[in-house]
Amino acid sequence: MTGRNHDGLPILPNANPEITLAARNLSRRFGNRQVIHDLSLELRRGEVLGLLGHNGAGKTTTLQMLTGCLLPGSGEIEICGIDLLRQPELAKAQIGYLPETPPLYRELSVDDYLTFAARLRGMKPGEAAEALVRAKHRCGLEAVGRKIIGTLSKGYQQRTGIAQAIIHRPAVIVLDEPTVGLDPTQIRDIRALIRELGDSGSVILSTHLLGEVESVCDRVEIMQHGRLIYGDTSAGMQRFGGVSGFIVSLRNPPPLSELRDIAGVGGVEQLSATQFRVRHAPDAGVGDALLALAAQRGWQLEQLTPLQATLEEVFARITEAESSTAEENAPAKTS
Amino acid sequence: MIRLLALRELRSLFAMPSTWFVLAALQFIFAWFFLARVDAFLTIQPQLAQLANPPGVTMTVAAPLFNTAALLLMMLTPMFTMRLIAEERRSQTFALLLSAPLSGGQIVLGKFFGLLIFLAMLISGVPLMLYTLALGTALDHGLLLSNLLGLALLTASYVAVGLYVSTLTTQPVIAAIGALAVLAGLWLADIGAAADDSPWHFISPLGHFQNFNAGLLDSGDAAFYVLFSAVFLLLAMRRIHNNRIYG
Repeated sequence: MTGRNHDGLPILPNANPEITLAARNLSRRFGNRQVIHDLSLELRRGEVLGLLGHNGAGKTTTLQMLTGCLLPGSGEIEICGIDLLRQPELAKAQIGYLPETPPLYRELSVDDYLTFAARLRGMKPGEAAEALVRAKHRCGLEAVGRKIIGTLSKGYQQRTGIAQAIIHRPAVIVLDEPTVGLDPTQIRDIRALIRELGDSGSVILSTHLLGEVESVCDRVEIMQHGRLIYGDTSAGMQRFGGVSGFIVSLRNPPPLSELRDIAGVGGVEQLSATQFRVRHAPDAGVGDALLALAAQRGWQLEQLTPLQATLEEVFARITEAESSTAEENAPAKTS
Repeated sequence: MIRLLALRELRSLFAMPSTWFVLAALQFIFAWFFLARVDAFLTIQPQLAQLANPPGVTMTVAAPLFNTAALLLMMLTPMFTMRLIAEERRSQTFALLLSAPLSGGQIVLGKFFGLLIFLAMLISGVPLMLYTLALGTALDHGLLLSNLLGLALLTASYVAVGLYVSTLTTQPVIAAIGALAVLAGLWLADIGAAADDSPWHFISPLGHFQNFNAGLLDSGDAAFYVLFSAVFLLLAMRRIHNNRIYG
């Protein structure tokens, strides 16, 4: 039912959807090395959360702990309100997990394997048969049901891995770098599928690709050296992700100085005979000016690509922003 | 759940061509040995007939055949147990089991019974061959049954050892060699120990098979096999739990 809050505004039915996964103060060490420091995160139904970080930042370890493959050194994990450490069998029935390498029995057929995966999570034989049809349809595996997994291409194997994680309709789907090693079309398909999964359940995925977070995730948590250093909506993160500038290809390029003289341009670098990297102040309207000039002076514009920030740049900016807000909030002592 | 895991284990085994090859090769070896024993029995039969209380055909053909099967299984079981956990770790399918709503005990027992059923099929050729003798002569069913029971218990203890060693490593080959070293070591220590009351006789699985092989059902021997298997299965469960702790 849609009610109204005290301001008279309608409350959306899922304005505050249930929390499907909650991790509190997780930490973990391997030997003497502390790999995860005091990590807390929450996931709600209908949400896709991206865990962004470099290789070795602790993403995989975190996901292994969230799925019960690894016990945390300290901290709590709740799946749909069930304590994963105290009642692992109940909680794990609500989890679908795709590790970095899909856990496929290569000698089985896709149908046999997926049925096994469904039954393993406690589905009855009848339910499992239904779930098999549904999962195959969702992951586009109808045509390869009877094929042996070992003979499938990497893309199909990855899809089988995803099908295995979603077949029992878990409340929490955990995907560890689901698009690694796929070709661009497959990446697009799988991202669309993840987006779809996020609408009915909740998905947490790890990645080191900034673009992936922007295209599929509602929310992002950035991880570095085993700590979550930044969490925001993925739209909010884009202000760190964008760089003011573009790469421009001109078939009939003018001298470098002419490009530099355009109002607002901060710097121009020549990449090849026809390609230039132009950086400019934010919101300076340099793009429009450049287009106009190119048409006017016959530079024959071929391509104009906005610059993408690298993960390092985003990290640097985030740490910068954090430290500057910390300074602002700190009481001034020097005066 | 245990049944599901056991069936999956069987399905994977039968999906591999190497399994069928081993099955065929082993039936060939058993059949060869069986025919050699029958041949030998026919040659010495006239001499046996002159004895006051001669050993029957079951004693001269079946008992040695079961003894050979027991020895062959000692060397063969590690080849099959090596895959159980080590292979799952290496091909990273273990995460599927660890993240599924299963206890360590279910994983271990599922794999244990899966392989045990397979090995039971593998040695089922032996009693079938022996029962063809029933066409021409009367068999000692008691002796056959005690041998079958003994062989089943012995195989269970081999599988338990192999399964435990397989939980210790990610390399199937190391798991195979490790299990073979343990089993062959126990056997060699048993036959090498001169004193009758040496503890080596007591802890060797193959040593406890001798009574069964002679048609003697001793509850002490059966209890040994049950305890021996239980200890290694519990160790394997413990090890899988530690897997979640140490990664």
